[in-house]
Amino acid sequence: MTVKDVRDILNARVLAGEDLMDQEVRSACGSDMMSDVLAFSKDHSILLTGLCNPQVIRTAEMLDIVCVIFVRGKKPDDSIIQMAKERGLVVLATGHRMFSSCGMLYAAGLGGGAI
Amino acid sequence: MDDAIHLTYIISPDDFTRAGEASSDVKKKLKQLGISPEAVRKTAIAMYEGEINMVIHAKGGQIDVDITPEKIIMVLDDVGPGIPDVELAMQAGYSTAPDEVRSLGFGAGMGLPNMKKYTDEMDIQTQIGVGTKITMVVKI
Repeated sequence: MTVKDVRDILNARVLAGEDLMDQEVRSACGSDMMSDVLAFSKDHSILLTGLCNPQVIRTAEMLDIVCVIFVRGKKPDDSIIQMAKERGLVVLATGHRMFSSCGMLYAAGLGGGAI
Repeated sequence: MDDAIHLTYIISPDDFTRAGEASSDVKKKLKQLGISPEAVRKTAIAMYEGEINMVIHAKGGQIDVDITPEKIIMVLDDVGPGIPDVELAMQAGYSTAPDEVRSLGFGAGMGLPNMKKYTDEMDIQTQIGVGTKITMVVKI
């Protein structure tokens, strides 16, 4: 699927990267612990998180993650969104909770990648 | 790339917002040099974990990066408290980080294991009350 599909499935708002919505998404990772994300994330991944600080964007940067989704209505501040824009990262925000968001994407065919 | 490239970064303590800037810069430079995406990714993740550790556990420090045609060498030198039991610290899930750090998304006990996982060589020299020096090598 594409980032655009992810946005539609989660009924998410686009906070950064409006022009980067056609990128392919192959797997997803949902966590509030960035070290776990760094340990397990795969290529062409998206990251779902309820954590709202600049290190979310840095973690995504190190892993070449294509899109960060802030779940359960979390609102990243302007400096976080600016960081994402500078790095060519899509940022989405959804009101759905972590479990529901992951479930909706999984049901639509997106996996977590091999363990 | 004919000659080795040397980069030095001073990591400021207690500035969690800026933690990762050095790793970000190294990643950018490695990309510009045309290093393989896999080596860039491994270096970026390992150095980022190390940089976060320096901010969380130590009082900052210095990171030296040498890029040669064959490998990337990272030396992370801090003047922190030292690691009492390196073997224990290397176990996935073991952490001494306070709750405050966990609420920031780190302190899951994956830092050192991740650094080991993403590098081809890793050496830890540590002395209680003096500091820790970690050398990591990623082959290109």
